[in-house]
Amino acid sequence: MSENPFADFQLEPERYELSAAAPYRFDLDRREFFKFLGAGLLVVSVLKPAVVAQESGGGRRRGDSLPKEIDAWLHIGENGKVTVYTGKAEMGQNIRTSLSQAVSEELHVPIENIEMVMGDTQLTPFDMGTFGSRTTPTMNLQLRKVAAAAREMLIGLAASQWQMDRQHLIAADGKIADPQSKRFLEYSALTKGQQLTQTVTAETPLIPAANWKVAGQSASKVDGRDFVTGKHRYPSDQKLPDMLYGKVLRPAAFNAALTSVDTQKAEQMGATVVHDGNFVGVAAASTEAASGALAAIHAEWKSEPQPSNKELFDYLRKNTVEGKDPTGDGDRYDVGNVDQALGSADHRLQQTYTVAYIAHTPLEPRAALAKWEGDKLTVWTGTQRPFGVRGQLAEAFHIPEDQVRVLMPDTGSGYGGKHTGETAIEAARLARAAKRPVKVVWTREEEFTWAYFRPAGVIDVTSAVRADGTITAWEFHNYNSGSAGIRTYYEIPNQRIVFHAVNSPLRQGSYRALAATANHFARESHMDEAAHTVKMDPLDFRLKNLKDERLRAVFEAAAKQFGWGKSKTPGQGFGMGGGYEKLGNIATFAEVIVDRKSGDVKVIRVVSAFECGAIVNPDGLRNQIEGSNIQGLGGALFEAIEFDNGKILNARLSQYRVPRFSDVPALETVLLDRKDIPSVGAGECPMIGLAPAIANAIFDAVGIRLRSLPLVPNGLKTT
Amino acid sequence: MATIRLTVNGKSYTVDADSQTSLLSALREQLDLTGSKYGCGEGQCGACTVLIDGKAQRSCVTKVVAVSSKQITTIEGLASGDQLHPVQSAFLEADAMQCGYCTSGMIMSAVALLQRNPSPNESEIVNFMDGNVCRCGTYPRIVSAIQKAAKSGTASSAKGAGR
Repeated sequence: MSENPFADFQLEPERYELSAAAPYRFDLDRREFFKFLGAGLLVVSVLKPAVVAQESGGGRRRGDSLPKEIDAWLHIGENGKVTVYTGKAEMGQNIRTSLSQAVSEELHVPIENIEMVMGDTQLTPFDMGTFGSRTTPTMNLQLRKVAAAAREMLIGLAASQWQMDRQHLIAADGKIADPQSKRFLEYSALTKGQQLTQTVTAETPLIPAANWKVAGQSASKVDGRDFVTGKHRYPSDQKLPDMLYGKVLRPAAFNAALTSVDTQKAEQMGATVVHDGNFVGVAAASTEAASGALAAIHAEWKSEPQPSNKELFDYLRKNTVEGKDPTGDGDRYDVGNVDQALGSADHRLQQTYTVAYIAHTPLEPRAALAKWEGDKLTVWTGTQRPFGVRGQLAEAFHIPEDQVRVLMPDTGSGYGGKHTGETAIEAARLARAAKRPVKVVWTREEEFTWAYFRPAGVIDVTSAVRADGTITAWEFHNYNSGSAGIRTYYEIPNQRIVFHAVNSPLRQGSYRALAATANHFARESHMDEAAHTVKMDPLDFRLKNLKDERLRAVFEAAAKQFGWGKSKTPGQGFGMGGGYEKLGNIATFAEVIVDRKSGDVKVIRVVSAFECGAIVNPDGLRNQIEGSNIQGLGGALFEAIEFDNGKILNARLSQYRVPRFSDVPALETVLLDRKDIPSVGAGECPMIGLAPAIANAIFDAVGIRLRSLPLVPNGLKTT
Repeated sequence: MATIRLTVNGKSYTVDADSQTSLLSALREQLDLTGSKYGCGEGQCGACTVLIDGKAQRSCVTKVVAVSSKQITTIEGLASGDQLHPVQSAFLEADAMQCGYCTSGMIMSAVALLQRNPSPNESEIVNFMDGNVCRCGTYPRIVSAIQKAAKSGTASSAKGAGR
């Protein structure tokens, strides 16, 4: 485990992860660090340990400078308190807990003694953002290294104090002990009066997953009590003395231009009113006063005709853009001769699959509180990219980034929907005018309209299959929904896989399991159709064309748990879907009941088998898998954004259906713990198998093939 | 704008309100009781749930003027000092949260349910709780937390539930 096999591995760049600025270059001075942190021991982790070790000679640093491109650091104070600093953000994925476990494991301190400082651009090192299921494969590993380096350093300090060989010493429960003489030294005693710094090196030994005691065990949310008592302050709960509440005037349609505005009445009501270009906003002593002032503003907007969801899929096909692709050749994958193989096939199958725009609907809408002190700006906001939002604020107000501080209190979820800093900019603009702190919290309608959506898409699949069930050709064209998970993991000698970028009619961006949901829906539905074409069992058909051992293992484990092959009653149907995404492997089996009279489709049972390397927190992992399946039900069955001419038509929770208690099937989770494989993330991958599993189960139940997500927004017409 | 007297968590407060002022905004903005959350503003998600005379109500669609003579309990008033309400403890034990934004409303609804029905079966829990949304999808854990609290048997008699 000392060598990370993924060290040079880059996760597939996610097209719609809104881009991040170049990493901030820290110019660090160790004296500044200790002035801020207090005396003790400091271990830093750098992004490119090998390079820095080469440049600096590695190991203990003597000068006053610290390496640039630090991505995390850990401090042990004179009181033995461990503080870890990371730019990652917590929004319900429970990384505050799983990262604490990692540090606790390597450093041998109880979890309660560890404080995680996260997502504060002033206190934590630069981080591109919390998305793409990267925290566990990258930050978890980095923090383990940091904690391990601290442990080794403490052992060294004790060894020199006792003048003995460090080999005989052990670290346990916040102490370095000499088991032979039974003497020990608390970490606090070793760090007292010290100003020691250490850089993580490639040689720092990590504890193998097989020997984990804290990591690998289920752990409850570290600050869970604050959440059940209402004490935790989310971004929308932040408050400052003399704070005002802000509201922003929204255009009548997307891309509309303001042609006239009359703010006189709002000003007469005592509100602070800002009209700056297309931005019109107000700030007042309460949300209701601000809403009242906003309603008193008369504005006229001009906009161009825009498409509706009814013509969406035609529109996507017709509005492709060339050369707009940031990942270049990654968009096109060719192997063998597809045309020839399609021409000479026993069976040739061509189908089109579509997915709708859907909204993240984080229960906490976007929120920000902004405060100016001279030219210095501080913003508390819910974002997955605190450093990205800092850059946006600096740009919006023409100030250097070091005059902007963004803090991210643990937020009310994101699911890929909180990468951007709209509310931060709005609150800051109003606060500058009001000369007082201003908080802006979006309404649900604003969140549904002015955030961004998971991309809609059209996917055309053409395959050639031999009578014996061997797939010989695979052509796959994805319009707009994204390229993550676009490649097939089935062994096919002739492939043409193309992503077509499109000028999206709606603002679109990241979403939990983003494009992988669409690509797996198309691929795994098509696999089912191909299996039926050659009259093979869908599981046998997949396994016949699948070599990847990890993927085979999850399909086989899920099939076993599900009882694949059992007999069914009328209206009952079984289906499967699965695949590979963000380094994890998932197979999902679903059971549905279709009521032929009412058209109701009920998902009765879902079995997921998941493998993400060595498991860090089994119960936290189950929670993520259950959550993925439940959230995934919405996009699979009924969620869709309706729009026309630049307006969202269902921008309320009463009009946009999300999964509720009564939608939840029986959920069974099989975890395959691969202690020999580095841990990877789990927030996204488990979602991708669900939609095709349900679509395939509906076909199994009633013989109707559904190729559009959501599958049954209005039930299923069987006649 | 009038001055309205409110009784929240056993304490008496005055707030400024007109006929349209929602209980949720008065709690959050004037009393700094931010445990009750805004989620939708139309009583569809349950994040703002509080108890009014022991009944679960959506504070975002409840007007302050309508509840001035009532006993209001928010999530902040559920525990007795350091002693958590059994439903709160059960949520912790069951790890029935991810981001936790829905948790206050879920707990308040669950307290009201157990007050009415101290040992609900699963479908009674699902029916009663169906107006509360958890976007992270922790529903099965919430059901199991409510079952745990019901089993502990003290949920309905604990402080805050019966008022």
